[in-house]
Amino acid sequence: MKKTKVLLLVMAMISSVAPLAVQGQGLDPVLLTKPATDSWPTYSGDYSGRRFSSLTQINQTNVKNLGLAWVSTLTPGVSAPGPFSRPGPGNPPTIVGGEIDEPVPVRGAGRISGAVLQVNGILYVSVPDNAWAVDARNGTVLWHYFWKTKGGTHIGNRGLGMYKDWLYFETPDDYLVSLDAKTGKERWHKVISDFNEQYFSTMAPIVIGNHLIVGTGDDLDAPGFLQSFDPETGELQWKWYSEPEKMGDPGSETWPNLDSMRHGGAGTWVPGSYDPNLHLYYFGTANPTPAFSGVTREGDDLYTSCIVALNVDTGKLAWYYQPSPHDTHDWDAAQTPIIVDGEFKGKPRKLLLDASRNGYFFVLDRVTGEHLLTVPYADSLNWATGIDKSGRPVRNPEKDASPGGALVSPTSDGIVNWQPPTYDPQTGLFYVVTDEEYSVFYRTEPNLKAMQGLNGIQEQRLASAGKYIVAIDYKTGKIAWKHLQVSAREGGGNTGLTTTAGKLLFGGDANGNLVAYDPATGKPLWHTHLGGVSNAVETYMLDGRQYILAASGDSLYAFALNF
Amino acid sequence: MHREKIVLFTLLGLGAAALVAGQPSVSALVQEPGATQEGPPAPAQPPGSPPVRVARPPAYPVRAPADPAVVARGRQIFSANCSFCHGSDARGGEGGPNLVRSELVMNDNAGEMIATVVQNGRPDKGMPKFDLSTEQIASIAMFIHSMPVGGRAATTGTVDPLVGDAKAGEAYFNGAGKCATCHSASGDLAGIGAKYTDVRALQGAMLSGESRGESGVPTKTVTVTLRNGQTVEGKLYQIDDFIVSLMDANGNYHSYPREGAYPKIVIKDPLQPHLDMLRTLKDDDIHNLTAYLVTLK
Repeated sequence: MKKTKVLLLVMAMISSVAPLAVQGQGLDPVLLTKPATDSWPTYSGDYSGRRFSSLTQINQTNVKNLGLAWVSTLTPGVSAPGPFSRPGPGNPPTIVGGEIDEPVPVRGAGRISGAVLQVNGILYVSVPDNAWAVDARNGTVLWHYFWKTKGGTHIGNRGLGMYKDWLYFETPDDYLVSLDAKTGKERWHKVISDFNEQYFSTMAPIVIGNHLIVGTGDDLDAPGFLQSFDPETGELQWKWYSEPEKMGDPGSETWPNLDSMRHGGAGTWVPGSYDPNLHLYYFGTANPTPAFSGVTREGDDLYTSCIVALNVDTGKLAWYYQPSPHDTHDWDAAQTPIIVDGEFKGKPRKLLLDASRNGYFFVLDRVTGEHLLTVPYADSLNWATGIDKSGRPVRNPEKDASPGGALVSPTSDGIVNWQPPTYDPQTGLFYVVTDEEYSVFYRTEPNLKAMQGLNGIQEQRLASAGKYIVAIDYKTGKIAWKHLQVSAREGGGNTGLTTTAGKLLFGGDANGNLVAYDPATGKPLWHTHLGGVSNAVETYMLDGRQYILAASGDSLYAFALNF
Repeated sequence: MHREKIVLFTLLGLGAAALVAGQPSVSALVQEPGATQEGPPAPAQPPGSPPVRVARPPAYPVRAPADPAVVARGRQIFSANCSFCHGSDARGGEGGPNLVRSELVMNDNAGEMIATVVQNGRPDKGMPKFDLSTEQIASIAMFIHSMPVGGRAATTGTVDPLVGDAKAGEAYFNGAGKCATCHSASGDLAGIGAKYTDVRALQGAMLSGESRGESGVPTKTVTVTLRNGQTVEGKLYQIDDFIVSLMDANGNYHSYPREGAYPKIVIKDPLQPHLDMLRTLKDDDIHNLTAYLVTLK
């Protein structure tokens, strides 16, 4: 206790020396290779994508004493100062960037639906066009950066990346913006993709060594690509396209012609995972386009709806696996894959686990991409006629959008969407949220060849047969347990998941509760009603205290034990 | 595609009925003077003269070119607020319909029709309202109106969703489908083919059991039995692992914590059979049933 007080005094003295700059040193990228307990330095907490924390201060025995430490509401945009508000602690002036004078109006407040970084006691938070530094001890806003947007889809921002003293985030109008973590001042911004070609960018940049991995997306039909930038200068290092460059290149045989391949879509919008020993970055590509008609792109359409492994230094493809060959339902394979070193059929293996949006769970060898296991993880799936010898579901063409309508589960949202899964090495179980919803897909465009992007269909959502947390034993593919997220009405729920060595599984339910479950059984052990949980929780130690950080809409909630 | 449901933070407003935005019917539209949507008026014919072949009105609105700056601004605002659901080319996207070919949009001149929908939203169809000014919506309208209605690759006409066999549908209704267990063609479903002018809407209502999730739905009811044996019944309001709440027949709200085996909860969802049948229903049977229901005028 006394030690803490002395520390605080010292820190107060330091801050009086440099009151305008956020304290703390930067983030050494080497630290990212070791699962952190006192920080949350990258999208999934570490490179493995497991979202498993070794912390045990909060555990099954004492989780009932978990209580609110602080709450902080973040206001995006440049708001006019109220009569009583003045710049000062907790209300810093907004730093404004962007390339146009007047930002395009955007509806509503920002929703925190990505990773919040915690480094040296400071939280770095983002929503589209906005970034904040927040004191992790009490939620005080230290700086706020606002990007004046030219437009683009403002559906979400998956978070920031950090390298040394610098932060990076993507904007809906396709800029990569780098900020000084201490002050929030902009260092530079670079173009990610062509705004005029309808790209929009949401991914949390991933820092790996001296690479900054940056993705983008497009809902019309421009090709997806992943880029690596130099985190110091913002210079482009490499660019990997989701489709082969020309006919004759490997993979081009899965397209009928160059035109379809060049308009094949497959954005790169969900952050991936990384194996430092193999030097491979793993992520999932989005769906092919036209999304709902395959007639102009007969074949498997590589590398759309794929899990791909790229060499992080060169951007060259090491291997790929395609969970949804020739997808016709907008089912990106864009979940974050999880890296596990574990046993499979009695042998230790380097594995990659992935619950795909199409409702099938895959186990792959992450060295070679060899397929090991495919199982459905939802009961409602009705779009495949079987599983082929490579473990890939075989699409039933009768379930494509049709004039009279095709009844399909999952909907175009997928059984799961971007919400991150978690893997708990203590239980050996993989956890993912599911929604067994049905839609009718009508084709409304008479000319199949005229379909483009997402158009040409009408999707009629019917009802969900249940939302669940599903625990999968990756060794057998068996469902260990399935917990129904009971609710009185449709909508709500389905947030990402996080596990801890305190034998806890954190997630949000369909009625707006933040819940701690027993990862062995799915039994709820603790909850609080936030009215909605908009991202997966994170956890870290600060001043000897373990925090659970959750987001609900535009607010951050930090929880800790009430001693 | 980037897709996720925007979590609606539903407030616990007990009387909050879903707002249903009024959509003006196309026939009720008032044409502004000089509007060319319906083409030039037919010339008056002198009595007794032979019928004059009247030129057909253009299939799509003929519009004067708009100010490129306004269109550009509208495109930006559209891309930030609308394109996710309606597609970056306004021809349909994640859940939202094609606007370029929408009747309402085709009857719109300069945003006056669109503004009603944008500013009020369409909560019944999942569209939120947008706090955009009339001027901003007008620029969006100019952007949408600047898109060629015909599309980039000869898109023509419409698709008829009525593909089933009514006779086979009737047999399924009374036989294997077991629809007749709860429904009757001369009872609750009498005239349903006339009530719905849109075949897809009729089929959707049939599958989900009439507008699930909208206001006026047959609601779930719940019977809660407390530890002391007392029983409370009403409309289910909330349920999760920790609470159950309901509205009783007198409009009183009751909420109970869920602890172990108590209270005992029995939920009756009148639409459960519809949910269950989604697991097994075949598309051909769906189409045949719809064709049959269409005949129930």
